[in-house]
Amino acid sequence: MSQIYYTTDHEWIAVDGDTGTIGITDHAQKQLGDIVFVELPEKGLEVAKGEEACVVESVKAASEVYAPVSGEVIETNDALAENSALVNEDAEGAAWFVKIQLTNRSELDDLMDKAAYDAFVENEG
Amino acid sequence: MSMNRQGRKTQPGTPEESLGDQPTHSGNRGLLIEEPLLFELGDTQTTGVDLPDLPESAHDNETRFGDLARREPIGLAGLSEPETLRHYVRLSQKNYSIDTGIYPLGSCTMKHNPRLNENMARLPGFMDIHPLQPQSTVRGAIELMDELAHWLLELTNMKAIALSPKAGAHGELCGMMAIKAAHEHAGHDQRNIVLVPDSAHGTNPATAALVGYRVRSVPAQKDGTVTAQSVKEALGDDVAAIMLTNPNTGGVFEREIVEIAELIHEAGAFFYCDGANFNAIAGKVRPGDLGVDAMHFNLHKTFSTPHGGGGPGSGPVVLSERLAAFAPVPFLLHDGEDSRLIENAGDVGAGKLHPFGRMTAFHGQFGMFTRAMSYMMSHGADGLRQASEDAVLNANYIRASLSEHMSLAFGEDHICMHEVLFDDEFLRDTGVTTLDLAKAMIDEGFHPMTVYFPLIVHGAMLIEPTESESKASLDQFIEVMIALTRDIREGRSEVFTAAPRFTPRRRLDETGAARKPVLRWSPE
Amino acid sequence: MRYLPLSKQDRRDMLAKVGVEHIDELFADVPKDKLLSDLPELPLHAGEMEVEQRLSRMAARNLSAGEARGFFVGAGAYWHHVPATVDHLIRRSEFLTAYTPYQPEISQGTLQVLFEFQTQVALLTGMEVANASMYDGSTATAEAVLMARRVTRRNKAILSGNLHPHYRDVVQNMAHFSGGDLVLCDPAFDGAEELAAQIDDETACVVVQTPDFFGHLHEYSELAKAAHDKKALLIVVVTEIVSLGALKSPGEMGADIVVCEGQSLGCGLDFGGPYVGLFATRQKYIRQMPGRLCGRTVDADGKSGFVLTLSTREQHIRREKATSNICTNSGLMALAFSIHLTLLGEKGLRHLADLNHANAARLAEKLADIKGVELLTRRFFNEFTLKLSRPAGAVVDVLAEHKILAGVPVSRLLPGEKEAENLLLVAATERVSERQMDQLARALKEELA
Repeated sequence: MSQIYYTTDHEWIAVDGDTGTIGITDHAQKQLGDIVFVELPEKGLEVAKGEEACVVESVKAASEVYAPVSGEVIETNDALAENSALVNEDAEGAAWFVKIQLTNRSELDDLMDKAAYDAFVENEG
Repeated sequence: MSMNRQGRKTQPGTPEESLGDQPTHSGNRGLLIEEPLLFELGDTQTTGVDLPDLPESAHDNETRFGDLARREPIGLAGLSEPETLRHYVRLSQKNYSIDTGIYPLGSCTMKHNPRLNENMARLPGFMDIHPLQPQSTVRGAIELMDELAHWLLELTNMKAIALSPKAGAHGELCGMMAIKAAHEHAGHDQRNIVLVPDSAHGTNPATAALVGYRVRSVPAQKDGTVTAQSVKEALGDDVAAIMLTNPNTGGVFEREIVEIAELIHEAGAFFYCDGANFNAIAGKVRPGDLGVDAMHFNLHKTFSTPHGGGGPGSGPVVLSERLAAFAPVPFLLHDGEDSRLIENAGDVGAGKLHPFGRMTAFHGQFGMFTRAMSYMMSHGADGLRQASEDAVLNANYIRASLSEHMSLAFGEDHICMHEVLFDDEFLRDTGVTTLDLAKAMIDEGFHPMTVYFPLIVHGAMLIEPTESESKASLDQFIEVMIALTRDIREGRSEVFTAAPRFTPRRRLDETGAARKPVLRWSPE
Repeated sequence: MRYLPLSKQDRRDMLAKVGVEHIDELFADVPKDKLLSDLPELPLHAGEMEVEQRLSRMAARNLSAGEARGFFVGAGAYWHHVPATVDHLIRRSEFLTAYTPYQPEISQGTLQVLFEFQTQVALLTGMEVANASMYDGSTATAEAVLMARRVTRRNKAILSGNLHPHYRDVVQNMAHFSGGDLVLCDPAFDGAEELAAQIDDETACVVVQTPDFFGHLHEYSELAKAAHDKKALLIVVVTEIVSLGALKSPGEMGADIVVCEGQSLGCGLDFGGPYVGLFATRQKYIRQMPGRLCGRTVDADGKSGFVLTLSTREQHIRREKATSNICTNSGLMALAFSIHLTLLGEKGLRHLADLNHANAARLAEKLADIKGVELLTRRFFNEFTLKLSRPAGAVVDVLAEHKILAGVPVSRLLPGEKEAENLLLVAATERVSERQMDQLARALKEELA
């Protein structure tokens, strides 16, 4: 059973062993509006925590998605290339962006759990 | 009497019943004619030109070009001349234009385009000359460029000019290149930061990045202006330049501009001024007097060369004494009676001039130079000044007339220059957005103002009437805007959310267009 | 002043409404000591007649192509005949005085034109997609190099020595400031250039031109393969778009990006601008492409229509991460290009291309016979290089005194290049008559005798 963490930049990461699956939150998806394109990194890319990993575009905005933790990209979600609308439909499920191999699990300690994130969103709005 | 029994009714009478939206057989609606794509109308065998026959000596393509001959059909559609006229006239009728009505796009400056300028640009002596003819055969063209340079330098009190940039953003690039070249020449390679207010147009940071600089944001005040204090805090010996738009993107003159320029110069940096809004101050104040080191013009805004549905622009750049030596080729060199165009950096020898390179093939948008020159000569110094004043007066008239009905972004007492900025506070909880209001204006026969720009206020609406609008035109615009705000207050939101209703097309699916881009016609 | 509708009374009434007494109160934010009272160095307003007189006098000091006793100047801008319909249509208010089509519902005319233009450019270049135009061919070439660097994430560009020298300078200038590596090859006057061997694992792109600056035609299929083997892109530049009516397209050769100067169709010579840059590439690179794009979509009633699309690449959204800093395209010239090409159609364009070549071939034959003239370009389209027995610059100047514009001395664009001193670029379009050819031949013969 994987554990899910959240960032203040509205990314989520589901951790299963040393593998993390990353996406943007449902709240972020609603804020961005209709998603028209997701730019995914190449496999093998090493990303440091907080670095730009993907770009998600709506018609009028392009937003960077930052790596919640450091690691190497081991898989990208090809379904998004064909169907970016998936992000609007299932942001925290089928519309994951990348999977990474974690290099520093302790970075997870800085992230929020579901309850903390919900409270964060509540306060931000 | 003789009876003409073929009479017809000459009064409309009352229709028996409304036909409502019942479609026509053709899909057309009176003057609104549906026009298929060129490729659906034409074919590869039709041509609308009569060219001379090939000389008998001509060989066939294979013989002449061998493996390089085009063998496959291209697929280009052709139309006869009458069909061509009809196709494009019908398409033109789906466009709004300045000649149609008020076009109050803030920061875009949609002013009257005098037709004299069009005629002047088409004099054969201007239109049919080649940029690489011997300079002895284009004395008049060089004289025109010289004259244009004279006017632009006088209006700005600057020292040198680069005429070649092709548009505003290209001029901006040219100005920033001159700045970088000056730093390189002085050995100041550590200067790699450009200060840009967070209220700036997106082109400024994009340009800074393109010349290899990093952007440091300067926090703007509520009205988008920048204080000398905030510039001081951002300055350091790593700063190459500041980029400021004046008047700024909210239509406000930078009050502390002179102090800012002094701070910048003390720190060894340069002051780039985005001249996109120079039309507000031409003839009233000279950027050179304010401490500006480089500024581009948008000839298509300030000096009324036509926008043409998105270009061509023209973006000459004026440079201060400190940057004058770094102007790119080609440039004009005074040489006795006549000026000469210096086309190669090597032509100036090792002296005081250090042209940084070349922005474009040839000499710039000459066809726009003639138009701008014709415009400036017509106006004269007095007319240009009056144009700036009228532009500012018109914007403030709209501000004063709509202040109670819409929400001014910077409060009721804040004067503006050539454009006035509203936010969407007055739309709060009405179910109507800035975009909806814009679309409802289209139904009323107006082009909307600029919306959602600048980003410093929520749901921005930036109105720039320009000096070309008469008082009657402004009054009509104001009256309709007030009526629309009344509709909003009274809850008739469907007028807005369903708008536009009377256009060749209704709101278009931009999401679909971006998700599955279809960028060309393809044969089935 | 005829362009300003406000009367004095209007101004007084409006100032009253605004609540100020004098216009300068609205300029209150301008430092007092900087506000001007007048501009003594500039003249006052002038009526139409006077402006016409002053500008006509300047225009009369130029020797226009039509006045010349022969016009053979090319090198990236060509004097073609533009049908009357083109200028009539681009002067229509609704095209001429419209802005960028940001409100699609009232800009379907401009947008459909752009969609048709993009299609025409894609077809002509043999590519999958094209943008809505660029400033001109030279700036489009610089943008193509930047794009290749983004696509490949590599830094090095190899520039053919036979690329138009101004284009090379523009690319070089951009690379200098934006930090790209360039390999600048020497010109090969005979057209034989070996580029494939220079491509390595750091190469982003190779930039070549056909017909090249000296008029040579090239088959780049092998070069395309060599580039692709190293995962580099091939950028093909075309400065005479009419040539594509007779020649195999760069797309057929395997080009990844094609940039062209479109001036030959629809635009005048205009002493260098405004022209229209064409930019075409493969579908898979559209998000890395600079410039504006028009796309087809549907409206609220399900009817087909057009919008500007993929604007997230642009500067107003991406700011310092934009693909380019460009805001405008060359809209009106793109319209002129598209109308001219519509009038020609495929049939007309092919015929026009054949005419151009036939004229140039005839001219080359006449000139090559002259003592002291050597034809350097064996396979050409409508422009070729002659090697004269004397420096070409002086010859061109003398002929110009006789109102014959004989061509472009190569040394004007390649100063200091010893071998280029005697080279003359000569172009012949459909406008050149047999008589003018003979006049040039005669004058050149006399001058070189």
